[in-house]
Amino acid sequence: MNGRRSPWLWLAVAAAVAALLVLPFLVKNYRVFQFNLVLVYAIAILGLNILTGYNGQISLGHGAFYAIGAYVAAILMERAGLPYWTTLPLSGAVCFVFGFLMGFPALRLGGHYLAVATLALALAVPQLLKYKALEAWTGGVQGIVLTKPEPPFTFRFLGQPFNADRWLYVYTLLVTVVMFVLAWNLLRGRIGRALIAIRDHPIAASAMGINLPIFKSLTFGVSAAYTGVAGALGASVIAFVSPDSYTVTLSIFLLVGMVVGGLASIPGAFFGAIFIQFVPNIADEISKSAPAAIYGVLLIAFMYLMPTGVMGLLRRLWLRVHGRSKPAAAAGAVPVLPTTTPKET
Amino acid sequence: MDAFLHQVFAGLATGCIYGSVALALVMIYQATHHLNFAQGEMATFSTFIAWALLQQGWPYWGAFAATVAVSFAGGLLIQRLVLRPVEKAPVLTNVNVFIGLLLIFNALAGWIFDHTVKSFPSPFPQESMLKTGYFSAHEFGSFLVMMAVLLTLYAFFRFTPLGLAMRAAALNPESARLVGIRVSWMLAVGWGLAAAIGAVAGMMVAPVVFLDPNMMAGILLYGFAAALLGGVDNPIGAVVGGLIVGVLENLLGAYVIGTELKLTVALVLIVGTLTLMPAGLFGKRVVTRV
Repeated sequence: MNGRRSPWLWLAVAAAVAALLVLPFLVKNYRVFQFNLVLVYAIAILGLNILTGYNGQISLGHGAFYAIGAYVAAILMERAGLPYWTTLPLSGAVCFVFGFLMGFPALRLGGHYLAVATLALALAVPQLLKYKALEAWTGGVQGIVLTKPEPPFTFRFLGQPFNADRWLYVYTLLVTVVMFVLAWNLLRGRIGRALIAIRDHPIAASAMGINLPIFKSLTFGVSAAYTGVAGALGASVIAFVSPDSYTVTLSIFLLVGMVVGGLASIPGAFFGAIFIQFVPNIADEISKSAPAAIYGVLLIAFMYLMPTGVMGLLRRLWLRVHGRSKPAAAAGAVPVLPTTTPKET
Repeated sequence: MDAFLHQVFAGLATGCIYGSVALALVMIYQATHHLNFAQGEMATFSTFIAWALLQQGWPYWGAFAATVAVSFAGGLLIQRLVLRPVEKAPVLTNVNVFIGLLLIFNALAGWIFDHTVKSFPSPFPQESMLKTGYFSAHEFGSFLVMMAVLLTLYAFFRFTPLGLAMRAAALNPESARLVGIRVSWMLAVGWGLAAAIGAVAGMMVAPVVFLDPNMMAGILLYGFAAALLGGVDNPIGAVVGGLIVGVLENLLGAYVIGTELKLTVALVLIVGTLTLMPAGLFGKRVVTRV
């Protein structure tokens, strides 16, 4: 990736940054809100992908970490009065601890067992948030209403004011870029290779000196921290947290987004996030009476067309165009999860 | 003591339902090594079919048999039409297809039969021979139905050529194909059986929890837990797992923590058990050659 850097590359990056910054001024406020959610989901999906795509540990419970992150942020903002931007590292840290602890039972559970254990986590967290003893902190069923952070300065551009949602867009975009660069740095080197080795052949990986328990539980922690940061951002963007916003459905849709984007791919998280944010709207426009059915049909159709996700398709196209000589997609191309053992077809 | 026994028996009754859902999951797992997330919604949809037939004035057992038959055919068709194209795809792609199916069935049930909560009749009259000190008639009746399903399945797999072929296809697909078994069709039959078992479970649970499109959502989770607790490759284990989960849930709810957190605690206990016994209580330990 980091071969010769032509000035054209920098120009393209500059153009992309400019386009991303102008984008919120071209659309209505509600669309900006939706874009914010896309970025938030992208971070959450990236977190899940570090665990499931790269490390092969299937989690159906990342909505739980998202909820914990959101609640930590909300409680810090509302009850402790901290400014919104300080909540991200704290939410991330709390979720890292929870994820790391969850990583220990996960060491003993493989495949579907882990999937159901994490699903149990996703079920338990909304119930715990509603629990009476914690109500003083969590606000019980009512949840906590937050105020959207005000922009530090305001101006008008292209006839649109720089308001709270647009400021949140800039803020979220910045956090997203930081998180993605960090993930890219983490995964491109020794640690990323170790994670993939553990996924593809744990015995060989440990024979090569990779400490499986430490690596797997740390991965769980990092993944949970990413999703927790996304949750904290999401709490700011929506300005409301309640137990019913973080049901099992959220966990399942994060998984859907990850698979749609492509396993073991960093940019895939964006495609997945766009899918889970906008496809329900499209389904809603096609059929008012049974939008979920249309969503289901679209999802299945998507899986037929791109069984390895958007990034899987792009990789195949790339290989077709550039021939098979370049080992461009060798690193994380074919995730073989340990549970895929249907030996026959 | 009497109250305690009541709780235990009520738990056994719900445990039967969890057990039958778990059984349906195990059917598909054994054949394909996938956990079917759409199992619950498929069962709900089958129950709606039974409800519609009953509204048409069908006798109960007639509607029951017709629903089971339709569900079997439906499960077979779903495997042939929807899942065959992704048979070779990665496991999570299949999971996404299951989630798609779940959404479709849930939405269709709401769209065709609307979202109002419906009562569903029980075939076992309240004041019948089946009513005993600890069981209501319906609880005991569904227990009997469940046992009948289990015995039928056992007989099917043990004594019929088709059952033998299905076991062979699940155990060793390559060799099974070499002796002339159409392995791919065996998977479809497995799906059909699972859908039929799910339909029975749905019709047995509907009189208790009432019928609406989300009826099975919670039950499916308990079904997962039961299947994994018993060992996901063992049908008897699934049923025993279901009974354990049912009793555990009821006793915890009644005596330890109240209804608010009983789901949480039950799940924590199950995950704890799995951590100590990773293959479930009755599962086979898989030993692989390096």
